[in-house]
This record gives sequence, C-alpha cells and structure tokens, in this order.
Amino acid sequence: MSAARAGRYDAVIIGGGHNGLVCAAYLARAGRRVLVLERRHVLGGASVTEELCPGFQFSVCSYVVSLFRPSIIRDLDLARHGMEIIPLETAFTPQLEGPGLCRWADGARTRREISRFSPHDAEIYPEFSLTMTKMGQLVRHIIDGPAPDPTSFRPRELARLLELGNLFRKAGPDAIHMNMKLLTMSAVDFLDMWFESDTLKAPMSVSGIIGTFLGVRSPGTAYVLLHHYMGEIDGAFRSWGYSKGGTGGLSLACARAAESLGAEIRTEAPVARVLLENGRATGVVLENGDEIQAAKVISSCDPRLTFLGLVGRDNLDGEFVGSIERYKLRGSSGKVNLAVDRLPRFRGREGTEFLRGDIAIAPSIDYLERAYDQAKYGEFSSRPYINVVIPSIMDPSVAPPGQHIISMFVQYAPYDIKEGAENWPSKREAFGDAVVATLAEYCPGLEESILYRQVLTPWDLEQEFGLSEGNIFQGELSLEQLLFQRPAAGWSRYKTPVKDLWMCGSGTHPGGGIMGASGQLAAAAILAVGE
Amino acid sequence: MPIPTPFHSRTSTLCTSMKWKDWAGFHAVCSYRTHHEPEYFAFRHAAGLIDVSPLFKYEVYGPGAAAFLSELTVKDIKKLKIGRVTYLCWCDDDGKVVDDGTIARLAKTHFRMTAAEPSLSWFDRSRRQHDVTIEDSTARFGALALQGPNSREILSQVTDTDIASLKFFAIRQASLDGADVWISRTGYTGDLGYEIWIERDEALRVYDALTDAGRDYGLLPAGLDALDVARLEAGFIMNGVDYFSAHHCLTEERKSSPFELGLGWTVKLDRDPFVGHTALRREKKAGAKRLLVGLDIDWGELESVFAGYGLPPELSTEAWRDGRPVYDGSDRWIGQATSGAWSPTLKKNLALAQIEASFAKPGSTVRIELTAEYRRHRVTARVLEPPFYNPARKRA
Ligand SMILES: Cc1cc2nc3c(=O)[nH]c(=O)nc-3n(C[C@H](O)[C@H](O)[C@H](O)COP(=O)(O)OP(=O)(O)OC[C@H]3O[C@@H](n4cnc5c(N)ncnc54)[C@H](O)[C@@H]3O)c2cc1C
Repeated sequence: MSAARAGRYDAVIIGGGHNGLVCAAYLARAGRRVLVLERRHVLGGASVTEELCPGFQFSVCSYVVSLFRPSIIRDLDLARHGMEIIPLETAFTPQLEGPGLCRWADGARTRREISRFSPHDAEIYPEFSLTMTKMGQLVRHIIDGPAPDPTSFRPRELARLLELGNLFRKAGPDAIHMNMKLLTMSAVDFLDMWFESDTLKAPMSVSGIIGTFLGVRSPGTAYVLLHHYMGEIDGAFRSWGYSKGGTGGLSLACARAAESLGAEIRTEAPVARVLLENGRATGVVLENGDEIQAAKVISSCDPRLTFLGLVGRDNLDGEFVGSIERYKLRGSSGKVNLAVDRLPRFRGREGTEFLRGDIAIAPSIDYLERAYDQAKYGEFSSRPYINVVIPSIMDPSVAPPGQHIISMFVQYAPYDIKEGAENWPSKREAFGDAVVATLAEYCPGLEESILYRQVLTPWDLEQEFGLSEGNIFQGELSLEQLLFQRPAAGWSRYKTPVKDLWMCGSGTHPGGGIMGASGQLAAAAILAVGE
Repeated sequence: MPIPTPFHSRTSTLCTSMKWKDWAGFHAVCSYRTHHEPEYFAFRHAAGLIDVSPLFKYEVYGPGAAAFLSELTVKDIKKLKIGRVTYLCWCDDDGKVVDDGTIARLAKTHFRMTAAEPSLSWFDRSRRQHDVTIEDSTARFGALALQGPNSREILSQVTDTDIASLKFFAIRQASLDGADVWISRTGYTGDLGYEIWIERDEALRVYDALTDAGRDYGLLPAGLDALDVARLEAGFIMNGVDYFSAHHCLTEERKSSPFELGLGWTVKLDRDPFVGHTALRREKKAGAKRLLVGLDIDWGELESVFAGYGLPPELSTEAWRDGRPVYDGSDRWIGQATSGAWSPTLKKNLALAQIEASFAKPGSTVRIELTAEYRRHRVTARVLEPPFYNPARKRA
C-alpha cells in the first residue's frame, strides 16, 4: 500500500505490548506499512522479561500464559519465531498445619488428595470441571470474535447473536441456568453449590477476583472463574503454562513475527499525544517533539490513558469523557519478584514435585475475605492472597544453576491507599516485607535465601508500565465492563469516537490477560474498513 | 520375559507410574510418572536421562573391519575418522533396508555399531573373506542418553574431558566420576545431547553421578513415551514402526529402500561394491516410487470435524504408531502415515508418511484419515520435509 504522503505510515501503533505487536503483525501481513512505538526500553508491556539482576530473567508482571489464541500462533507462525510454552503440572495450596492440598495432572492422585478433606468433594471435582469446560466452550466463541452488538439490527449482528443463542440452546436448559448463575453469583456461592471443603474452595475461588477490586463473596465473581476453564495452550484444552524465557519471550516472538512481515518497531519512543486535524487522528507527536504521520493511529494503551491522556478531553464529547471517567480501573494487585539461592522448603511436604506449578496462598475463604476487608479501607492486606510460581524449575534458562526465581502475584494492594496513591513509594518496602513474611510462614528460611527482591505496587505498575491505577487488565474484568460495554457502551469494536483512531489493547473486548485477541480482532476490524 | 538393564535398580525406584514395556527383551520405562509430558519438556528445556541399554551393540575388530563395514552398509566406512560416528542403514541384496543405526570408529581397527534388531547372524553371514571379529556387546554395556539444552553443562560437571570440544557426531573415551566411559555427541531427540556407553559394572555409579549433577539443571529421568514425541519432531524414523526390516517382510511391497525412507543421503554409490549396490544404483537412476515425507495435518479442518460432534479437538498427548491411510484429492489411496504426534513445541499435528513420489513435494497437499466419535474422516495435510524441529543447538 503506497502511502499518500511520503514517509507516512498506514498505521502507527502506540505501545509495544503483546496486543500492539500482534495487531502490527496482522496489519503488516496484509501489506500495511506499520510502525510500533514503545515507551520503554523493552518490548512486551505487561508481558515482559527483564534481567533485573545478573543471570535472572524475570517475568516482571504477567507470569503464566493460558488464553493466548491458538489461531494467532498458527497465523503468525509464532513457534518458528521462538514462542515456546511449558505447561504447569500442579496446583498447590499449602496450609500452616499439615501437608496442604496439591492438585495434580493425575486425576486419581488429585482425588486422593481432596479426599483427605472431603471424600464428597473429591468425587464431584471432575464433574465440576466437566460442567465448567462445557460452559467455557460456549464462552470461548465470544472471545474468538468481536463482541456481539445487541443494539444493532444489522443482519450480521443478528446472525451472531442468534448463533450464540443457538449454541446455548443446543447446550440445553441446564447450561442456560448455569450460565445465569455464573453471571450473577459470587465465586464462593457458586462453589458452595458443589463443594464443602474450605481448603479446596479457597484456592478455586480466587480466580474469580484476580485483577478486580472485589472479594470472593462479591456477586458477579463467579463468571470470571470460567476463564480458568477456557485455557488452551496448544488448542489442546489444558490450562496454564510458562512462556520460555519468561512472558517476554512470547512478546518477542510476536515482535519477530511482525518484523518478519515488514513492521517497524521502535523502543524508547514515548508518544506525547495523538495528532488531530479536524477531529481526525493523523499521527502522533513523540515526547521528543518528533511528529509521525499515519493514516490510522492505533492505541494499545488503556482507555483512560488513550482518551484522557493522549487525545485530551477537550477533543472529545462530554458524554464519552464521562463514560471513560467512570470506566473502572481500581488496581488491586501488586507483584513481588525474588531471586533465591535455593528452592523453598514447605512445611509438611517433602521434595519439590509439588512446586512444578502454581502455589496459592489461600488457606481459607475467611482468609481471603479478611484480605479484602483491609483493602476496602485503603490498606494493603497484611496477609494477602499470593499466587506463587517458580518458573526456573521447569525453565532453567531463567536462572543460574541451582538458583531460582520466585514470582508472587499479590492481592490486595489497592491503588488508592488511604495515604493517597502517590505515597505508595514510601510503603513499597513494607508491602514487600508483608508479602515475603506471608510466604515465609509456609516456608521457613525463605528470607535467608533471597538474593534480590523487586516490589511492584499498583503505583509502580502505573508509572512504569502505563497501566492507569495499576489495573493489570487495563480495566476490571467485571461484568459491566465486558463484551459490548468494553471499554464503553457502543465502542466495543476497536473504533473510537475520533475518526481514524483505533484501540487494540486489553481495555477492549475480550479483555485482559495474555490473549492477543484484542490485537487480532482490532486488526481484522481495521482491515475490514479498508484504506 | 524381559530382563532388567544395568540401571534397573535405579530406574525401577524412580518409575512410580509402573508404566513399562518390553524393548528388545529388556524392561524399559514408558514414563516415570503418570504423564510423560514433563519428561518431554525436560528434553526441550532442561535435560532428560534415558536408559537406552536395550539398543543392540556390536564391536567389530580387526584389520579388515573398515572394509567389511563398507561392504555391509551403504557408506564407505574406510573414510570414517577415528573418534567419529556416522548414521546409516544397511540393505539386503535387493537394496531393501535391513536396519538402521550408527557406527562409531573407536580406533583404527575397532568399530562399535548400534542396531535396532539382533544382527549378529546377518553380520556374520556378510563377513566373507574379511579379517574381522564381531562381538555382540549388548549385554556388556549399559547405555544412557542425556538429552536437552542443559546436557552439556551437566556432563561437564562429572567428566574429566572438555565436553564443549566434543563435536556433533564425535565420540571420545572419558572418565566419568572415575568410571571409564565412551561419550558420543549423538542422540535420538533432535536436540543437544550425548550418549554414554559404560561397562555394566560401572553403570550405577555413572547413573548416580549424572543424576546428582543434573539436580541443579532440571534433569528428569525420561522414558520412551517422551522420546517418541521428541524423535517424531526430529523426523527420525523407527524400524518396526515407520518401516519393516527386509528380513521380516512376507511381501516385497512391505520392504523399503533407503531412497524411499529418506535415507538416500546416506547411500554412497560411487565406490567398491557393497550389499545391495546394483539394486540401489538401478533405483537411484529410475527414481523411488514412494517417498518418506512429513505431514502437517490441518488444524482448522481437524477442529471442525470435532466441532461437528460438539467437541473440542481430542488429541492424545502421546505419539501414535498405528498406521493411517493417506489419499489424494480424489480419494485414491497413495500411501500411509506410519507414526505421528502433536508437537507441543511447534504447535503442529505432525506425522511421518510414505506416499507416492508424485505427491512428495513440500507444500503439496494430501488427505489423511482420522477418527472422531468412532467415525472415519479425511482431513487435509500439507507435505513438509523432516526434520520438523531442528534447533541450532542440535549441531552446536
Ligand atoms: C502484575 C501483573 C500480572 C499479570 N499476570 C498475568 C498472568 O499471569 N497471565 C495473564 O494472562 N495475564 C496477566 N496479566 C495481564 C496481562 O499481562 C495484560 O492483560 C496484557 O499483557 C496486556 O497486554 P496489552 O498489549 O493489551 O497491553 P500492555 O501490555 O499494557 O501494553 C501497552 C504498552 O503501551 C506502552 N505505552 C504506554 N504509554 C505509552 C506511550 N505514551 N507511548 C508509547 N507506548 C506507551 C506500555 O509501555 C506498554 O508496553 C498481568 C498483568 C500484570 C500487570
């Protein structure tokens, strides 16, 4: 496609996170001249690997991959560009007393483990998985296409709604009822319908709250549980995996694919604002003052940053500004990354076999609820929910021999602490200490093994990664902000009220997580309207 | 009844799954735990340790050894340098493959050969005037394959020799934790890897030394199920699966020539006569009728076949080896896929197949049979040239 003006790009993409890179690759594949501008010195956004101390490759933010769309892997030949996924094998929930609960890939072994807490739950467990998988299958269709538009009478929209309707109808009344329950209930209430053991329910319920400012007893959190059962590394339906070399490895594979298709990528190129001419986006201005012209501007930043930051509220209609202001970001999580000189030893369990997966510090539902209570009143949880992984066990390339990386995703750490978000830096180390102390209760000696520690508060996520209010998903994955309402009612199709300005980040349908879907679907929407 | 290998006391403690099979008369582990996948991923990201003692091993000694092996096999072994290993096959008089394996030149007049099948009698019968002694050393040696990106570092911890200087397909004698071993830079996974040959009395000591050294490098004991997936990605054929030894075939149709198996590159025709020479020369001129190819089975079509039953695609994580018919676009039978696997690394559904030569060009498409919900379907597969997986570190 020859550009109208010399030097003009067909598209300039703001942000080199995985969605921006996926979008760039698809546009380049269709022959478009594309430029990606990343603010930081590394690509990947929240899916990034950095060598924070010599020999240790940290997945600084996101740490496991599950929902990445298999069609993107095939279309962009990402395996050839270096994407490798190593599946997690276990899900371990330690307890302060006794060996805790470990769920294994081996069904019978999992049944025996759960039986120690409840023989009833042990038998229901596979049934539950089956039901959730069934529901996940239905919802999966929603992820793989643009959000259906219920207000439209265009035949295509009606057909899509009908198609979804048919899928649910075919699945039968049970599925419809189940879906209603998922949409309205809390994660805990939903799990209560199946299970009795707190030890089992607690770690299961947390997938309903990740990235939200809600508790496991808050209504609507059941739905997000489903995301856990839609995971497919491979197209074979299994859930979570490590990206070789950290989650940045996946972003770099997307970048290599984009470059091989002709896209240009620049790092350390922060965009100051979107260039507008007669209400139309015509390019961007970098912070160093350089202007870059493009027929289309595509932002992979979150909706608040895009509209209130890069476009400016004066250039937008008041009602739209209002809806973006109401868009809930409310970051609630942080991250603590450790380099350690040995593997942690857990009380009550010998060996390391149960460390080949994720470890949930979620000993009971009350524990999780108490963690939420503190956050509600503007404090970080002194005993938080922690999702721990030690990727270096299965991907030794990320740490020196015998040494390891412990990655801890922590909730709750509210952006709006009562001292004010800007005072997070003075609480950063205290937060880090609380997290380490929490894990150390389960693994005595942890502190002595630490060689390096990185603490990321929601404030840091905002300042360093451009995630407004530190929301890990560029906006809560709560029901009222999903589907045709993401990011704002009527603007779920990657288009924006500013002509030639598009969005492709996880602030758009289908939402956060390393999925690539937003980038892929945005590219398809942009290509569909043509030049 | 199978018998234990020299490593049995270790492998049997580790094999908590109790999944074993009979490999050439020995007990061999399929997977140490209920699922083989961690072992597969260890090959690709850390290291796996496989007991490959059941491989048949032969020592060929004597002034006539090089000449004898050159006559027996498709390569001119006289040219093989001391300290080098070569992969090849050997044929019957009609130029049909009897077996495939490796030959290592340990000294001027000492070679070690590996084979998938018992071969002593065939070697003996082919010996003719050559001044050689052939010894079946299968039971004398234990053998371990240490495979994966960390294999070099692990081995460096426990040997006195400079492992980094041991080149692809080189072999050298070394001391491993005090035991005399032979180490070759070879393997069956298509990754960086080594094979270690040990007199059986020293076997356990070597096993323990490697396991200890591997602890900090993610080393896992690995079984044949994981190996099967890895070897498929590497495009390595297997006697008894992807072809049958000419010695076991009731019909001519079942036999394969090296050209048909993609082993044409091992056949050196411009030299003194060897077993099968005339037939292979003839076939080379005329061109093989069938060819071994790789297939990439179309994922979209596979997905829609299953979606037709309301199912997500159901694929085994294990490799398969129950042959499947292959057809052309108009449903005419053109050959068979003999083994296949979902490649967790390449994210492709792969198979090895022997099909009519006119379809063998990379990029051409064929149809392969698959079963979904007990019913037969045909889906498109694209022809690829193996190896499917070929990382730079394989030869590094
Ligand atoms: C701590 C944490 C843990 C997480 N854990 C997981 C997990 O385990 N699994 C999972 O699936 N998901 C996880 N997520 C969510 C997931 O990482 C994100 O949803 C996903 O990476 C977002 O990708 P994206 O490309 O849409 O946006 P981003 O990755 O946010 O990319 C936006 C890019 O824009 C850049 N940018 C910002 N401003 C500018 C500017 N002015 N000019 C130029 N560039 C700019 C940013 O630097 C960034 O690179 C986690 C997120 C966080 C923060």
